Amino acid sequence: MIRARGLGRSFGTKRVLRDLDLDVGERDLLVVTGPNGSGKSTLLALCAGLLAPTAGELEVGVDRGRVGYLAHEPLVYRELTALENLELYGCLYRVPERRERIGMLLERFALWEARHERVSAFSRGMQQRLALCRTLLHDPDLLLLDEPYAGLDEAGAALLDAELGALAGERTLVVSTHEPERVAALATSRLALG
Amino acid sequence: MNYLSDVGALARKDLRLELRSRDTFLSMVLFVVATLVVFSFSLPAGTAEEASYGLLWVALLFTAILGLTRAFAAEREQRLLDGLILAPCDRSAIWLGKAIAVLAFLALAEVVALPAFALFFEPVTWEVVAAVVLANLGLAAVGTLLAAMAAASRARELLLPLLLLPLAIPIVVGGVGASISDDPGRFLGFLGLYDLIFAILSWASFEYVVTE
Amino acid sequence: MSTSLRNNSAVALAAAAFVLLLAGLTLAFYWVPNAPVEGFRQRIFYIHVPVALTSYACFGWAAWKALRLLWTRERRYDLESYTAVHMGVIFGILTLVTGSIWARTSWGVWWSWGERQLVLFLVLFLFYSAYFMLRYSVEPGPRRERMSAVYALFGVVLIPVSFMAIRLAEGLIHPVVFDRDPSDNLAASQLTTFVVCFAATLALAASLYVNELTGKRVDERLRELREALT
Repeated sequence: MIRARGLGRSFGTKRVLRDLDLDVGERDLLVVTGPNGSGKSTLLALCAGLLAPTAGELEVGVDRGRVGYLAHEPLVYRELTALENLELYGCLYRVPERRERIGMLLERFALWEARHERVSAFSRGMQQRLALCRTLLHDPDLLLLDEPYAGLDEAGAALLDAELGALAGERTLVVSTHEPERVAALATSRLALG
Repeated sequence: MNYLSDVGALARKDLRLELRSRDTFLSMVLFVVATLVVFSFSLPAGTAEEASYGLLWVALLFTAILGLTRAFAAEREQRLLDGLILAPCDRSAIWLGKAIAVLAFLALAEVVALPAFALFFEPVTWEVVAAVVLANLGLAAVGTLLAAMAAASRARELLLPLLLLPLAIPIVVGGVGASISDDPGRFLGFLGLYDLIFAILSWASFEYVVTE
Repeated sequence: MSTSLRNNSAVALAAAAFVLLLAGLTLAFYWVPNAPVEGFRQRIFYIHVPVALTSYACFGWAAWKALRLLWTRERRYDLESYTAVHMGVIFGILTLVTGSIWARTSWGVWWSWGERQLVLFLVLFLFYSAYFMLRYSVEPGPRRERMSAVYALFGVVLIPVSFMAIRLAEGLIHPVVFDRDPSDNLAASQLTTFVVCFAATLALAASLYVNELTGKRVDERLRELREALT
């Protein structure tokens, strides 16, 4: 599903990724680890199509409409409500039966009560959970999660564990994390950067 | 008609955001009125009335720049443009949705500015209004694209005026010409041509400005 | 790409430019007769107009390379487009300077808003200066390349649109103070001189372009090698 040969990415003169070879098959779960600045986020952004390689080649076998990307930033509008944000993304991603899907995800991540509140009033954990809703909204085939556990409390992390458990083996996942033990059981391959 | 529904959703998003914070629109209105007042102090007595039309266009241009500087502010601060780009919708829909919102702000600011101008300076004829409408289209089209460029840069607010002003010169010529000339049709036609050319160009090239 | 002196076609180009320039200047200042009305001063026309046309050609070349970049995504076009814009700006400044000199010798003023070419080049100079500002304020990478390319395309579209605007502004906004004599058809000698001068400026631009491009590519290669070693 993802194939990289000699992949490299520089930002100006700073080389963040160098000569990376990668193969991720369908329904794999790749765990990416490494210290800060080792290029985990860059790799995920490249796979998502937000960045272009400056060296080497990268092939991602799905259309961008089938990719779900969880970034460092929640990528939700702070002055819109949770519901409005998901409605917008639902429209842009052409999610069928939008209302139902949004409702289901909000409930699954314990945000249903807060759905009419603006994101600026959300706690960090709630923002992260909303970001997860956004990522999963269109039922993507390829999930790119950049430190998905960041900002989540125990309850939130448990929800995420459940979700990942359900997705592993059904969808292709690439997860970058500082706590690889959490997803160790589900991982089919590992990559250590930096 | 997915494209149009995308544009609608995006434009609605921008208008809703502005309705909630109201900071861009209000500053535009205050700015244009303040500028007109400053201009009233800058023209010596006995200057031809036509000179004040020139000042109107300068005031409108700078107000547009003010509004455009804020156009991608939210997207820039929270990297939200990434979220929009990832979606399978056509990237030009982002441009169109944003341009429509910018147009709305410009129009609202002018609803205040034009009567103020008529009050302080010269009457506002239908030619002036027509020219303002056409100029808005051109400014929104080109300005939205350039605002996206500026949002990706380190210089931010400083860069947008530099990029926009040379491209805005034909708009100013068209606008002032339509306001004072005996043959406004020529200038209005020119504005229309400008709008057509640059709207198409902006629409087609927006994708390349926001992606890699 | 070879940078050794012996194989270098760039040297041939530079030599050709030198010869053409010499020929052109000689023709312009010694051979062609004085223009009927304006006299000796008119000779700057043989520098001013070719330089202006060359500037347009450079911007057009930059836009073409920009289009190629967007089309094929090959990154080498970025440097080519950038260098072409650089050349265009250099020749644009020359246009402004020679135009200003011509205005001074013809009418006694260093600037005239009635001079369409002059005003157009002022607008273009502003526009392409902003091009450099854009490049300086965005981090190098694919994003900057694409934005520069789009901007270069806007520039080339702006040329005719600005020209129309300036023509519309004449009389109404900018006063038409001085009228240049409507040129009668160029005599054969004048035409020859003009053509030689035009070829000379084009060759000069091409030579400078190749020179600068080579230099930039060498820099780039050096940087790549340096990085590969660390």
